[in-house]
Amino acid sequence: MALPYDSAAKFQEYAHPEMIVSTEWVAAHLDDPSLVVAESDEDVLLYETGHIPGAVKLDWHTELNDPVTRDYVDGAGFARLMSEKGISRDTTLVLYGDRNNWWAAYALWVCSLFGHPDVRLMDGGRAKWVAEGRPVSTETPQRPRAEYPVVERDDKQIRAFREEVLAHLGKPLIDVRSPGEYTGELLHMPDYPQEGAVRGGHIPGARNVPWARASAEDATFRPRAELEAIYRDEAALRPGDEIVVYCRIGERSSHTWFVLQHLLGYPHVRNYDGSWTEWGNSVRVPISRGDTP
Amino acid sequence: MTTAILHPRLQEIVDDFAALPGKDRLQLLLEFSEELPALPGRYAEDPALLEPVPECQSPLFLAVEVGDDETVHLFFDAPPEAPTTRGFAGILHTGLDGLTADEVLATPAEFTGQLGLQDLVSPLRLRGMAAMLARIKRQIRDHRA
Repeated sequence: MALPYDSAAKFQEYAHPEMIVSTEWVAAHLDDPSLVVAESDEDVLLYETGHIPGAVKLDWHTELNDPVTRDYVDGAGFARLMSEKGISRDTTLVLYGDRNNWWAAYALWVCSLFGHPDVRLMDGGRAKWVAEGRPVSTETPQRPRAEYPVVERDDKQIRAFREEVLAHLGKPLIDVRSPGEYTGELLHMPDYPQEGAVRGGHIPGARNVPWARASAEDATFRPRAELEAIYRDEAALRPGDEIVVYCRIGERSSHTWFVLQHLLGYPHVRNYDGSWTEWGNSVRVPISRGDTP
Repeated sequence: MTTAILHPRLQEIVDDFAALPGKDRLQLLLEFSEELPALPGRYAEDPALLEPVPECQSPLFLAVEVGDDETVHLFFDAPPEAPTTRGFAGILHTGLDGLTADEVLATPAEFTGQLGLQDLVSPLRLRGMAAMLARIKRQIRDHRA
């Protein structure tokens, strides 16, 4: 049985309030057996330093990716992973993590490729839980193994591949990288490793809205009115628009995908996970440089 | 293929990791992160003395001192919310601090790949540690030049 939604007033303004819960809600439901809380961080050791009591760890690098092909795990791999973590198809899965839920949003997007029926994000993530002085534990929970069915990954609805992005040119694109990456001045995130794009710039027509603008100081999502000021007023997205979002490898843009699809309710939002590491290395695809779309 | 011989202190770290099953290796990495010494006052007060290592996924700064007797001392600064990066720094500190400049320079670049962490941490994250080692060696060479 799915757990009740969080009725917090801020969430009711969002298009899909069922996709988000507060730290209070998580604290109140921690002992419910139909809930699994999973932490997904950029830093692979952060979970070990202490996590929400009972939360399992979900690592984006080592668990959600196929170890050989540049792709996500397949239906059998996802079923195996979820079963090991004690997650079944009817589990309410709540994800949270470091850095404004950046990686938690990525994990949520991957879970959505497999159509997990009830997956939500904890607003404010790890930082807010810790800042509120809530309990953390270093104990690894021993959840009983579950039987997660093999569900084929659906790459059509919320994922875009390079050819689809080429066909999409002329329709709205949001580049969520830093301004320096967007203009082509930088080939990677400031202070981050170069991940190997041989050309700088952005996909023609893409508007630049750095992903973290959707988050407030305390790592929570901005209220709906503030998000609309950014995406509707500034980035000129109109209701019903088909939108493609991208970044460098598709992780930061998962965060923006979540905002556009679930908080603002745009019905057709796809994440191009090939992103700049693919586009910036592809032969003869068009590229724009500078600060205009 | 020949493998370069590691200094006994580095070999001990490699052996410690190798003796553990997969998941316990992360615990050992966590211990290294907890044992990383805090910056001494002279660096804490003047962060400009530290060299940034942008190849790491989280901010890391390091300083290298080479004494008149050629002894190398290493100093690292990384925030507590970046335990993996701190763990890498802790491994290098435990393995290299107090060795001679020649001994540090003789550390093979592939050392970071011998800890059995690729599948647990991912090769991308491990690049950060390789970059720290490369920068430490470069600073020692600069010091000699």
